[in-house]
Amino acid sequence: MKSYILPQYLVERDDYRCIRCEVCVRQCAFDVHWYDEEEDAVFADESKCVGCLRCATLCPTNALVVRHNPTEHPPNANWTRDVLQNIYKQAETGGVLLTGMGCDRDYPIYWDRIVLDASQVTNPSIDPLREPMELRTYLGAKPDALQVEGKGKKVSLRTRITPQLRLETPIMFSAISYGAISFNACESLARAAAEMGTYYNTGEGGLHRDLYKYGDHTICQVASGRFGVHADYLEVAAALEIKIGQGAKPGIGGHLPGEKVSAEISRTRMIPKGTDALSPAPHHDIYSIEDLAQLIYALKEATHWKKPVSVKIAAVHNSAAIASGMVRAGADIIALDGIRGGTGAAPTMIRDNVGIPIELALAAVDDRLRQEGIRNRASIVVAGGIRSSADVIKAIALGADAVYIGTAALVAMGCHVCQKCYTGKCNWGIATQDPYLSKRLNPEVGARRLVNLLTAWSHEIMEMLGGMGINAVESLRGNRLRLRGVGLSQEELDILGIKHAGA
Amino acid sequence: MKIEVDHHSGLPGVFVRVDGKVRINARQLHYRELNNMIKGAAAEGAEEIVVDNVYGQRYIGSGIRRAVNITVHGVPGNDLGAFMDGPRITVDRNAQDGVGNTMNSGVIVVHGRAGDIVAMGMRGGRIFIREGVGYRAAIHMKEYRKFRPVLVIGGETQDFLGEYMAGGLVIVLGLGKKGKASFAARHIGTGMHGGLIFMRGMVEEHQLGKEAAAVQASDEDKELIRPFVEEYAGYFGGDPREIMRSGFLKLFAKSHRPFGGLYAY
Repeated sequence: MKSYILPQYLVERDDYRCIRCEVCVRQCAFDVHWYDEEEDAVFADESKCVGCLRCATLCPTNALVVRHNPTEHPPNANWTRDVLQNIYKQAETGGVLLTGMGCDRDYPIYWDRIVLDASQVTNPSIDPLREPMELRTYLGAKPDALQVEGKGKKVSLRTRITPQLRLETPIMFSAISYGAISFNACESLARAAAEMGTYYNTGEGGLHRDLYKYGDHTICQVASGRFGVHADYLEVAAALEIKIGQGAKPGIGGHLPGEKVSAEISRTRMIPKGTDALSPAPHHDIYSIEDLAQLIYALKEATHWKKPVSVKIAAVHNSAAIASGMVRAGADIIALDGIRGGTGAAPTMIRDNVGIPIELALAAVDDRLRQEGIRNRASIVVAGGIRSSADVIKAIALGADAVYIGTAALVAMGCHVCQKCYTGKCNWGIATQDPYLSKRLNPEVGARRLVNLLTAWSHEIMEMLGGMGINAVESLRGNRLRLRGVGLSQEELDILGIKHAGA
Repeated sequence: MKIEVDHHSGLPGVFVRVDGKVRINARQLHYRELNNMIKGAAAEGAEEIVVDNVYGQRYIGSGIRRAVNITVHGVPGNDLGAFMDGPRITVDRNAQDGVGNTMNSGVIVVHGRAGDIVAMGMRGGRIFIREGVGYRAAIHMKEYRKFRPVLVIGGETQDFLGEYMAGGLVIVLGLGKKGKASFAARHIGTGMHGGLIFMRGMVEEHQLGKEAAAVQASDEDKELIRPFVEEYAGYFGGDPREIMRSGFLKLFAKSHRPFGGLYAY
């Protein structure tokens, strides 16, 4: 069948600059470039280009420009280029549209409509370069009250504190499974988390034996497929996370296609090589809040009550009520993943149309737990579109204890957000299991880039905290008075629980 | 006879050792207290732990990584042997939901029936249920190298047996069915992409999920299940040769990649 799909990108090569080194030919796993010896020229098949910019970035003479194909479809606000191209693709394949990364539609990004406060005249700002500034964060259930015993200098805490995660900066790496990303990418995340005193999350693909040494900085996920979930995995983790949903695909499960289930993936997920790894949409032992409690306590029992248990859900319409149930079911940490949360593969229609923005979900959940007097019983971690330290600090002021970053971490390692993770051909060596590609990401370099990112963000957070005259991130948590909305409706302001700028 | 009251409980008579065998009276114990005692005894090297008066305490056998024998007198609660890795549990009555949930190794023998999702996500070890089970038994059961889980069900099963099944062996004996040769369960093997289900008796095409197929088990197939049928008879009685004489249906996955063609790349 003749395809009606136009190339998404054009590859323009400056023949004067091109030295025929063939870097582009070797670097492109999508086989866009090829060298013709007879003509001594490099050509491109643009229909295969995904726009990952690997070739343009590595071209030693900057001979390549990759740009969005400017060919215009007949102007139509309804039948846009994306809509038409999707229909052509489905008419040609009969398949469900797949995509990678987070939702790319222009739903409002509330972070960009919220501004932070700073001290002027009446309360002094603090310079974090010279004065102590505390970013340390503890995740886990906090008691309703503290009881102390003893007298004089021998006072000790009588209240038993349940297990906590100690973070040196309120930023963790989101759940990304080995399978969705390469071993080297997993190792980069693990090493960076260990170095920064924070945590990364295995996702639902199990934990490779070679990464067990980073267990103290690992959150191990238990998802509906229960891949690689066994006693060692539960024991080595610093915390466990029950994955109910993710922002990129609320309400559905996932399929890791058999061709990605290599020998190592098979070993880690503990399933046969080459078979589809199917994650059912629900956990079949969880059909209610009571059932969720049952799994939370099953995990606590299996790990001797030594680890906090997190429960991750996609942000949906009634997240606040669900979160209340989760807290009452015994979750120590509630992870919320908004509509812009990333994925290695999701049906496009679901990624782009299901769920709600994380800012609104966070505000609603934090409000609800406060109203019910149970906010202390669980920490809130938010994910799904955290792009900068400003997003982090706004999330904390809205009520989050910490954030998960996924896409930002991948970008730090080289990802260019081409959204083709599901092909397994990531030219940046991240979302691939092809050894030729994955060796492009050196875990030492990957870890260094991630550590640099977290170091920079942490410092920016300290600067912003200092600017507000605050010397501990704890003092900002849920402090919505330090936020103002710009250009938001009254209803949006009400949900976010913030005033409009100027008020 | 040496009787020793143990430090695991402050209450007299709750936790005793009789000739090295640990005996726990679970009456009115919270599951956490009970499991702490069981785990404590296992950690101290007990070989035999007998628990009396069990009334619905959950997670018995979880978090133990030794091949200790645990005998449960009474009805254990949900998630018996969840994430279990080694113990051998015998229950003298019925069991509830989630028996052997995500179990890795060990044996569970239930002298009665069991509820829903028996052997869910089970990866290794063996489970024997004397009578029938509820819905979605062996859902997403897996196998991996030396791990090959086995579930033997003496009686009938409800719908969605072996849903999403990715590996392992399920044997449904259908003993005690009165007058009818066919099983009643529907949607058997829906989403199945690995493993084998053997059913002693008839299953119509419309009772199968669309990802599963059925053939008459060959003599060679029957040799595969014979040791487990013998083990079943060893626990619960009955003549394994008599059971094996009947015809068995073998259900298997039509593809290891049931949803391979679903997407537009």
